[in-house]
Amino acid sequence: MLEHDVLVVGAGLAGMRAAIAASSRGANTAILSKVHPVRSHSNAAQGGINAALSDRGDAWEDHAYDTIKGSDFLGDQDAIEVMCKAAGQSLIDMEHFGVTFSRDEEGRLGTRAFGGQRRQRTFFVGDFTGQALLHVMFEQLLKSGVRSYEEWFVTSLIIEDGIVAGVMALEIRSGEIFAIRAKTVIFATGGCGRVFEPSTNALIVTGDGMALTYNAGASLMDMEMIQYHPTTLAGSGVLLSEAARGEGAYLLNKDGDRFMKVYAPNMLELASRDVVSRSEQTEINEGRGIDGCVLLDLRHLGENVIMEKLWQIRELGMDLVGKDMIKEPIPIRPGMHYIMGGIKTDIDGLTNIPRVYAAGECANVSVHGGNRLGANSLLDTIVFGERSGNHAAEAVKHIKYVDFDEQAKIKEEKARIQSILDRPQNGDRVSKLRLDMGTSMNDNIAVYRDEEGIKKTVNDLKDMKVRYQDVPVDSKGKIFNTDLIFHLELGFMLDVAETIAAGALERKESRGAQSRTDYPDRDDENWLKHILVTQGEDGPQLSTSEVSITQWEPVERTY
Amino acid sequence: MNVTIKVKRFDADAEKPESYWEEFTTEVADNATVLDALIQVREDQDGTLSLRCSCRSAICGSCAMRINGQGGLACKTPAVDAVIDGTITVEPAGNMPVIKDLVTNFDGFWDKINQVTPYLQPQGPEPEAEYIASNESMLHLSGVTACIMCGSCVSDCTVLEVDPTFLGPAALAKAYRFTADPRDGDEDGVSLDRLKDLGQKSGMWDCTRCMACVTACPKGVDPMDRIMALREQAMDAGLTNNNGARHAEAFVELVGHSGSLDELKLPVKTVGIFNVPALLSYVPVGIRSLRRGKLPSLFHKKIEGVENVRRLVKKLEK
Ligand SMILES: Cc1cc2nc3c(=O)[nH]c(=O)nc-3n(C[C@H](O)[C@H](O)[C@H](O)COP(=O)(O)OP(=O)(O)OC[C@H]3O[C@@H](n4cnc5c(N)ncnc54)[C@H](O)[C@@H]3O)c2cc1C
Ligand code: FES
Repeated sequence: MLEHDVLVVGAGLAGMRAAIAASSRGANTAILSKVHPVRSHSNAAQGGINAALSDRGDAWEDHAYDTIKGSDFLGDQDAIEVMCKAAGQSLIDMEHFGVTFSRDEEGRLGTRAFGGQRRQRTFFVGDFTGQALLHVMFEQLLKSGVRSYEEWFVTSLIIEDGIVAGVMALEIRSGEIFAIRAKTVIFATGGCGRVFEPSTNALIVTGDGMALTYNAGASLMDMEMIQYHPTTLAGSGVLLSEAARGEGAYLLNKDGDRFMKVYAPNMLELASRDVVSRSEQTEINEGRGIDGCVLLDLRHLGENVIMEKLWQIRELGMDLVGKDMIKEPIPIRPGMHYIMGGIKTDIDGLTNIPRVYAAGECANVSVHGGNRLGANSLLDTIVFGERSGNHAAEAVKHIKYVDFDEQAKIKEEKARIQSILDRPQNGDRVSKLRLDMGTSMNDNIAVYRDEEGIKKTVNDLKDMKVRYQDVPVDSKGKIFNTDLIFHLELGFMLDVAETIAAGALERKESRGAQSRTDYPDRDDENWLKHILVTQGEDGPQLSTSEVSITQWEPVERTY
Repeated sequence: MNVTIKVKRFDADAEKPESYWEEFTTEVADNATVLDALIQVREDQDGTLSLRCSCRSAICGSCAMRINGQGGLACKTPAVDAVIDGTITVEPAGNMPVIKDLVTNFDGFWDKINQVTPYLQPQGPEPEAEYIASNESMLHLSGVTACIMCGSCVSDCTVLEVDPTFLGPAALAKAYRFTADPRDGDEDGVSLDRLKDLGQKSGMWDCTRCMACVTACPKGVDPMDRIMALREQAMDAGLTNNNGARHAEAFVELVGHSGSLDELKLPVKTVGIFNVPALLSYVPVGIRSLRRGKLPSLFHKKIEGVENVRRLVKKLEK
């Protein structure tokens, strides 16, 4: 049987960082991913990565406070301290690994401004920072010699007496099902953007790890905290990075006004994302938009700055909407981008299922609380990826594999999958159900929410889960059957969607990304709390837990 | 907009797997990409159609294929531009075995990336803080690290077609990303060992400069230019005692003689007129270049101002 001390599921930045850390500590480590590691969604990060470098006069405490304020005080301050203290070294490690970070005149790492922060501490590579980091991380993975299962898809967790024993996985190329035994499993499966339509997220970002662990008993936390990014393209939902505003781009309404001066007189376009997205949505709702959009204007930055620092974004504009940002502003609107919520973990990545860890966007430590600052997510992936890998590598020294009947597990999983393949060709197509789900989520659990809308989506989802039971697949073959993968992903997404809707309905206040028109104020007395979701007999079960506050008491949040 | 898309398919599960063509017609938005059209076909008409795709924004490198015979990314090609005689024709990327439909096997691709020791190898002690490097050098490298490993260049490489052992444009560009990195190699940033390895057979000297990779690359990486830059680095480092470098010296000699390069003479000079097997091995490349209209004119004419060019070459030689 395939067998590893540490099995990392997901090969984005968090997963690869975890695998490299675990293997450097001598653990027999493997990494498994449904796409080749460099195809992972971490690629898409454009703008940069935050760190407060003390030799530059910055202080981790300042970064921590900006993060906490950005989170609307829902972030756990112990975890935020860990992240902001570790940031400098993690960044330098990436530079030593080979990332081609932009430099200042003295040849030292250069910075750009990013939203919600009082000073520049965002390090970057042009406007493709994520790709630059991901490819270098992959280089280090190759160097480490870690076994990599590429294009393998985890279909379920193996749990024996409440403890993880391994995972069941489908090798996409052959269509074979395997049981992989592991002493510890680290989930680094990324976000769940495709639960919404449209979304800035890649098509593979389907919340698998959240659903897999939720179905196995893990608690998900603050799932209602969905970030709508202020600058996405209408239609495809593709992102134009905050780097544009970091470099000085304006947001204009149909009258050509820089409307952010009304909503955030100090930080203007660089206020926190939730604030900017709400402002845009208000402009649009009050009739000052253009076809459901406002404008992002780069022209005054000049061709040189655009070509050196924002050229990929310019290309996207030309490729996808046929507009050259050197010459004209481009219509944008708030679009679903990121989930602050995720699998609840402690500061070492451990979840409430013994021996199961989570790191990166699928996890919630919680460093982002109600709203993530731009460029804090890449940091989150490498800091907590590394910590999980380290912790797991130490843990495996003292534990044994959990036994299970390999053949029985394989037989059971094969039968489950065969029953999907055998479904008669009636019922909705996968794409139809997915679109219905995404549209309902985007209609009702977006920038502004209210009870009526959320309830509608809760009901829609119940109905969709029933319909899902009849959804067939066209492709019955074994080799590279993507049709089957999409079907399984849809199942995961429906589970995740349900937890998001449940959290949004439960939190009766407005905090961070949760903006309830029926509860417009933040309510620290009742809701300075995390909302936990676990799977119950008939749907999500909710409970709450305390927020960790170390040294920063909540205050009113203005920008 | 209504588009007809003709897809070269391959069902590996079939009893006797064979490639075949299938046509689909679908309605897409005016600004749709070829990928949008393919996804629409997959979702609405035929879920058995397999292709890799994820980001939809030319960054994950999943969706490389041949569109109307030319390697590139489906998500970066507007459907309108790809319609020829009413149809968009798509096939799997070339120079790789097909797994299913438009999905190809990248094992060979990654093997070659592995062969160039694809990670930074600084020789000196590691600084405590970051390495000091100029922004220009990092910007220059970023032009190469912008490579998303999509395989479009490999798909269209004319050398790989005749010599599968050739490292190929993606791996060589990747190698250049290290040799040109001031942090890699000795304290002057010279990566001598890498350059030696890359100068072996199937390495940097085997590129025929057909430009196919430059045309195919969707990210402006210009692999061929990077390969030429590798050659320059090797010559600068004094690595002249091999076929490739002799080829380059022959190049200098030929240009010096007639003012422009006589590509037909070049193989002879390099391998020596008596190396018949080696000479013969150039023939397929020659034939393919001819087909693509890239073989130089059979009659080599002296160009105007030949004296000036000769003087230039003399100066360069010094
Ligand atoms: C367009 C865009 C721009 C962004 N820009 C920035 C930015 O500038 N700065 C910043 O800090 N953050 C940014 N973010 C957010 C950031 O990129 C992500 O949060 C982060 O990269 C997530 O990394 P990850 O390692 O957690 O997951 P991912 O990189 O998404 O990796 C997930 C991995 O899990 C694997 N996987 C998933 N399910 C399965 C399964 N069932 N079986 C096997 N494998 C599976 C996938 O194959 C993949 O390898 C951006 C996000 C987007 C969408
Ligand atoms: S889908 Fe990612 S490169 Fe085309």
